[in-house]
Amino acid sequence: MCDFPFFSLVCTGEIFELKAELNSDKKEKKKEAVKKVIASMTVGKDVSALFPDVVNCMQTDNLELKKLVYLYLMNYAKSQPDMAIMAVNTFVKDCEDPNPLIRALAVRTMGCIRVDKITEYLCEPLRKCLKDEDPYVRKTAAVCVAKLHDINAQLVEDQGFLDTLKDLISDSNPMVVANAVAALSEIAESHPNSNLLDLNPQTINKLLTALNECTEWGQIFILDCLANYTPRDDRESQSICERVTPRLSHANSAVVLSAVKVLMKFMEMLPKDLDYYGTLLKKLAPPLVTLLSAEPELQYVALRNINLIVQRRPEILKHEMKVFFVKYNDPIYVKLEKLDIMIRLASQANIAQVLAELKEYATEVDVDFVRKAVRAIGRCAIKVEQSAERCVSTLLDLIQTKVNYVVQEAIVVIKDIFRKYPNKYESVIATLCENLDSLDEPEARAAMIWIVGEYAERIDNADELLESFLEGFHDESTQVQLQLLTAIVKLFLKKPTETQELVQQVLSLATQDSDNPDLRDRGYIYWRLLSTDPVAAKEVVLAEKPLISEETDLIEPTLLEELICHIGTLASVYHKPPSAFVEGSRGVQHKRLPGSAGSGESADSPDTGSAAGVSEAPPAVIPSQGDLLGDLLNLDLTPPTTSGPPPAPSSGMQMGAMDLLGGGLDSLVGLLHAAMGAGFGAPPTAMPASFPPPVSGGLDDLFDLGGSVGMPMGAYSPPKSIWLPAMKAKGLEISGTFARRAGVIQMEMTLTNKAMSIMTDFAIQFNRNSFGLAPAGPLQVLTPVGPNQSIEVALPLSTVGPVMKMEPLTNLQVAVKNNIDVFYFSSQYPISMLFVEDGKMERQVFLATWKDIPNDNEAQFQIKDCHLNSDAASSKLQGSNVFTIAKRTVEGQDMLYQSMKLTNGIWVLAELRVQAGNPNYTVMSRLVFVLTCSGANHKDYKTESREV
Amino acid sequence: MIHSLFLINHTGDIFLEKHWKSVIGRSVCDYFFEAREKAVEPENVPPVLQTPHHYLISIYRGKLFFLSVIQTEVPPLFVIEFLHRVADTIQDYFGECSEGVIKDNVVTVYELLEEMLDNGFPLATESNVLKEMIRPPTILRSVVNTLTGASNVGDTLPTGQLSNVPWRRVGVKYTNNEAYFDVIEEIDAILDKSGTTVFAEIQGVIEACVRLTGMPDLTLSFMNPRLLDDVSFHPCVRFKRWESERVLSFIPPDGNFTLMNYHVSSQNLVAIPVYVKQSISFFETGPCGRLDITIGPKQTMGKTVEGLMVTIHMPKAVLSANLTATQGTYTYDLATKVLVWDIGKLNPQKLPNLKGSLTTQAGTPKPEDNPSLNIDLKIQQLAISGLKVSRLDMYGEKYKPFKGVKYLTKAGKFQVRT
Repeated sequence: MCDFPFFSLVCTGEIFELKAELNSDKKEKKKEAVKKVIASMTVGKDVSALFPDVVNCMQTDNLELKKLVYLYLMNYAKSQPDMAIMAVNTFVKDCEDPNPLIRALAVRTMGCIRVDKITEYLCEPLRKCLKDEDPYVRKTAAVCVAKLHDINAQLVEDQGFLDTLKDLISDSNPMVVANAVAALSEIAESHPNSNLLDLNPQTINKLLTALNECTEWGQIFILDCLANYTPRDDRESQSICERVTPRLSHANSAVVLSAVKVLMKFMEMLPKDLDYYGTLLKKLAPPLVTLLSAEPELQYVALRNINLIVQRRPEILKHEMKVFFVKYNDPIYVKLEKLDIMIRLASQANIAQVLAELKEYATEVDVDFVRKAVRAIGRCAIKVEQSAERCVSTLLDLIQTKVNYVVQEAIVVIKDIFRKYPNKYESVIATLCENLDSLDEPEARAAMIWIVGEYAERIDNADELLESFLEGFHDESTQVQLQLLTAIVKLFLKKPTETQELVQQVLSLATQDSDNPDLRDRGYIYWRLLSTDPVAAKEVVLAEKPLISEETDLIEPTLLEELICHIGTLASVYHKPPSAFVEGSRGVQHKRLPGSAGSGESADSPDTGSAAGVSEAPPAVIPSQGDLLGDLLNLDLTPPTTSGPPPAPSSGMQMGAMDLLGGGLDSLVGLLHAAMGAGFGAPPTAMPASFPPPVSGGLDDLFDLGGSVGMPMGAYSPPKSIWLPAMKAKGLEISGTFARRAGVIQMEMTLTNKAMSIMTDFAIQFNRNSFGLAPAGPLQVLTPVGPNQSIEVALPLSTVGPVMKMEPLTNLQVAVKNNIDVFYFSSQYPISMLFVEDGKMERQVFLATWKDIPNDNEAQFQIKDCHLNSDAASSKLQGSNVFTIAKRTVEGQDMLYQSMKLTNGIWVLAELRVQAGNPNYTVMSRLVFVLTCSGANHKDYKTESREV
Repeated sequence: MIHSLFLINHTGDIFLEKHWKSVIGRSVCDYFFEAREKAVEPENVPPVLQTPHHYLISIYRGKLFFLSVIQTEVPPLFVIEFLHRVADTIQDYFGECSEGVIKDNVVTVYELLEEMLDNGFPLATESNVLKEMIRPPTILRSVVNTLTGASNVGDTLPTGQLSNVPWRRVGVKYTNNEAYFDVIEEIDAILDKSGTTVFAEIQGVIEACVRLTGMPDLTLSFMNPRLLDDVSFHPCVRFKRWESERVLSFIPPDGNFTLMNYHVSSQNLVAIPVYVKQSISFFETGPCGRLDITIGPKQTMGKTVEGLMVTIHMPKAVLSANLTATQGTYTYDLATKVLVWDIGKLNPQKLPNLKGSLTTQAGTPKPEDNPSLNIDLKIQQLAISGLKVSRLDMYGEKYKPFKGVKYLTKAGKFQVRT
C-alpha cells in the first residue's frame, strides 16, 4: 500500500491539502500524509511549513509513523528551533520506553536534531542510555556522543561523556566496542592533542578480541585505530600482526586495506631475518591482487594504495606484474593507474613482457592512454638499463606508424633517453628528423630542437633544420623559443663558421623583438657570454649535463613513510600528506613508521663490552637501551676479553668512533646542532629516541656569519672568546677560536700578556679528545711577548691524535706552557670544522642509505627566525662543507637533502625543510647519522624529529 | 564519516538526497557534474573528487550515480563499499536498482538509508537484519496492510542485530529444507594476435541459497582445496578451520548470499575454452577493409560451449559492414561502432565463421587503432579451474536437507587483440 507514485504531486495548493490530511482523525490517512510529506522532502521540495502539523503526529504508538515523523524532524528542526522544542518531551518519554528499539531510536534521533536548545535536554537521557542494559541502546548512544560533540563539544566534555565513552571500549559486546572506537576516533580528529584513544597493551588486547566478532564496518574502525598504536617491541608487533592477518581474507575490501595498513606499519618493527617476516610478505600479495577484481571504483583506490606499497616494499608484488595488465574495458582512471604501477614493477626479469604490453597499448583508441603508454616505454628505458636498446627500437617502430600524437610523444621520451644514455643512440636521429614537420605540440617541438642542438655536430643540416623553426619564431610558445635560442647558440659554438648569421638573427629576435623577460634575459646572457669570452661560453653552454635517473617520479621518502601510515585514507588516494589538504584536521599529527628493532645483533649485545670501552672516559656513560650504536660498535670493535684495559691512544680512529658513540647519540646530535648553530648544544641528557627540539640557536648564525658581508664563502667560525682569563694564568690571557681554512683545521689564538714581565717559550699540548685533535706542529711564537702586548697565533691541527670520549663531545682540554708556568684550560670547538671537503655523497648512494637507516637513528630540531631562502641556505652551508645532494619542492616546501662527513669517517645525512610563506622562515631539519668506522663496521644511526 | 548521499540519474538530475548530519546544499554536486562533463563516458568519472570543502566519492551502478559527500578523512574504500551495499540492498528489495524503482519506493528507500547509517556510521547493512526492520514490499502485504492497518516497519528489535551470528535471524522455519550452492567461475583473459595467452585468471564465486530450519552448522569440503590460495569469505565462515583443515565451516545466513570469492591466477591452471582465428585488415587504397573470424573449441573438458557472442568495437571510420555468418546473426550499430555477432552454441564439427567486407569513410586515412574482440560464452556443469565440492555436512539440526551443487563457467573480461 505504501508505494504510490508520489512524484505526481504538484506544488500549488498541495501544502494546504496535506495540512488537512495530517490533522485528520484517521490514522491511516495521517500516515499516508506524512509519507507524502517525506517524499516531497527527499526530492528537495520545501515542506517546512507543515512543521507543527507533522510534530503533532509524533505521539503515536505506531512505530512506522513515529519513524517517519522523526525523519521529518531531523531535516527541518534546524530551521524551526522553537517548534522543535515541542518534540523534546516525547523524546524524553521514549528514552524510558520498555522497548529497546524505541529507546535507541529516541536517543539516536535526538542527537540528529542539531539545535542547541535541545542538546541540554539530551544529556540526561543520553547518560542513562550509555549505561543501558541492552547493548543495542548502548551502541547507539556511543554514536550519539559523537553527534553531540559535533554540535557542542564543551558540553560533552563538561558532562563527562568522554570518560563514559572510553569505558565502553571495555564493554562486553563487540559492537559497542566498535562504535565507541569509531566515535572516539571521530572526536579525536577534531582534538588532535587530546589523547582520547589512549592505547596501551590492555586496550589493544580488548580491541583485538572485539575485532573478531564485530561487523565489517566495526572492523574497519578498530583496524584504523590499531594502526595508530606503536608496539613496545617486535614481539608485541608480531603478535598483533598474527591476529590481524585473518582480516586479509575478508570480503569487504575496506577491511582488507585497513588490515594491510596495520601490517605494513607493524612490519617495520619486525627483524628482517625472522621467518615470520617472510611469511607475512607472502600473505600480503594475494589480497592486494584480489582487490583488483572488484568494482572499478574500488580498484582505483586499491591501485593508488598499491602504488605506495610497491614503492615501499617492491618485493611484495614483484611476481604479480600480469594482474596490472590493462584490460580493454577498464575505465580510463584505472588504466592510467595500472600503467604507473607496471613501470614501478618493471625489472630486467619482466621487461620483455612489459614492453610487449606497452606497445599494444600504444595502438589503442584513447589518446590520453596511448600517450601515457608511450611515455611509459621511455620510463622503462631509463629505469631498466638493459632494456634501453629494446625500448628505443620499440619507440622507433611506433614512430613509423606516423600517428601524429604517438610520434610527438615518442620524440619527447627519446629526448629523455638521450639525457640518460648520452652518445649511445644517436643513430636514430635521422629517423626523428624525418618527422620534423608533423610536430605541432610545443613539448615535442622543444624536445626535437633540443636534440638537434645537442647533437648539432652529427647532423649535417642542423643549421637548416633550426632555421626552418626560426621563421615562425614569434608564433612559437615560450618553451620552444627558449629551446631554439639555446640550440642555436649550441650550434654556433660547435660550428662557428657557418652559423654566424643564424645566431645573430636569433639573438636579436630574442632580445629585441620579444617581450618575454625570460627569453630576453637568456638572450642577453648568451650574447654577452659570446662577445666577451667564447671559450667561457663554450664551457658554460656545452657543459656536461647531469644524467637523469628514474627516481625523479618516486615519492619523496619521508612523505612515503607518512603515506604508508595513511593507507586506505584520502591521503593515500591523493598521495599528499593529510595536513596538506584535509579540512577540519586542525593540526593533524604526523604519523611515522615505527623504527626497526635493530637488525638482529642489537638487542643482545652485552653491556660489558661497552662499559669496558668507555671505562676511561670521565663520566662512565653506559649506553642506554635506545643507544644501540654504542653497543654495536663495542661489540664489533673491542676484543671479547676486555676486562678493563683502557683503550690505548694508538688505537686511534676506531676507538674514537666507538667512544664517541658510546657516549650517546645525544651529544652527537647536540654537536651537530651546535655546528649548525653557534655552539649551542642539545641537552646532553637527551635520549636518542625522544629528542626535545632544542630551543634556539640554529643555522641562522651560520648563515649570517657565513656570508652576510658578501665575503667569499668560507667555513663558519665563531667569534673569538676568552678561554683563559689573565687572572687564572698569572697574567697570560688567551682568547681564541677554531676555523677550517683550506681544508685545514686551525686553532686561532690571541695571546695577551697582562703581566709585568716578558713571556717566552710558549708550547702547547692537548689532552686526548673525542676526534683525535692534536697540534700539527709546535706553537709558533717566535718573539717574546712583552707586557701589554698581544700576539696572534694560528695553530694548524691534525685529527690523528689519541682519542678519548669527552663530555661534552667537543670539549678540548689544552695545556699551555710558557716561561712562567703551565696553564690548563678547556674549550669547545664547533663540530662544523670537522666536516671534510669530500663530504658530498653520490646521489644514488644517498638515496639508498637514507632508506636503509632505521628510524630510531633520527633526530631533528628546528631553527627559528632564519631569513634565507633554500638556495641561499644551501650555498652558505656549502661553505661549511655541508653539501646539498638534491632539492625537491613539495607543497611550497623546499626540501634540501644534505650530506656531510666528519674527519673520522662518520657520515651525516640531513634533510632540511624550508617552508616559505611566513615572514619568519622556519628551517626544519632532520638528521641522519651513518657511521662507517674503519670500513669494516658499518652501522647506521639516524635521528629525526619533525616540525612542531 | 559519510555526510550526505545524492542519487543522480544519467541525465544529471538529482532525484534523491539524504543527509545524515547537517544539510549540504545541492550546489556541491556541481563539481561532480563538471567532472562528469569532462569524462565524456559515465564510466570514466573519477570515483574520488576533491572540492574546496568536501570530498565527493561516487560509484556508477545501473546507469545511476551514487554520490556521497564527506567532510573529514574517511577511508574511501569504506565509502565505496558502503555505496555498493546501498545499491545491493535496493536491488535486493525491489528486484532492480533503477531510477524508476527508487522513485516508486522513495519512502522505503529513505527509511532504509536511515537504518543503514547513523550519523555517518553504518548501523545495519545486513540484508537479513534490514528485512526484519523494514519489510520489503510485496503485493500481498500491501493488500493485507491496507485492510488491517498494519505497517511494514517491524517493531521488535531485530534478533540478529546483537547476537554472535548477526547475519542469521533466529526462529527460521521451512517445510522443505534445502541448501544449494552455485560454483561460478569467470575467465578473465587477454589473448594476443597469434592466440597465445598474455594474461589469464579465474574469478570464482560460490553463491549459496540456503533455506534451512533452526541454526544449522554446515561444513563444505572440496576435492581439491589446494587450488584455492587466494580467497575471501562471507563473515560467517570460520577462518581458523579453513586455515587448518581447508574446509568451509559456517552457520549460514538465511536465503541467498555469497559464501566465498576466490581467485586463481596461476597461468597453467587457467584453461582457455575457445580459440579465435581472426583477421581484420584495412586497405591502404580505397575505403574498405576485410574481416574474417572463425571460432573453435580448445580446452572445453568435453562440455559444450553455449551463449557464444563476439563484440567488436570498430574504429570510428568504419561506416558499414557487409558480412556473412555461417551461424548466428550479426548486427552493426552505426552510432556506437559496435559489431555484435551472436553465435549461440558452438558446434565442433562445423565451426562458425564470419566473413565479409567493411566500408570505411572515403577520404579518411587507414584507421590507426586495432579493434579488439570481446568474447562472451558459457559452459554449464563445469568449473574451469577444476574445483569440485566433495561433500556438505550439517550439524546442529536433526532433519535431512536437500543438497545440490551446480557449476558454471562464464567469460568475464575475455579479450582477443588483433
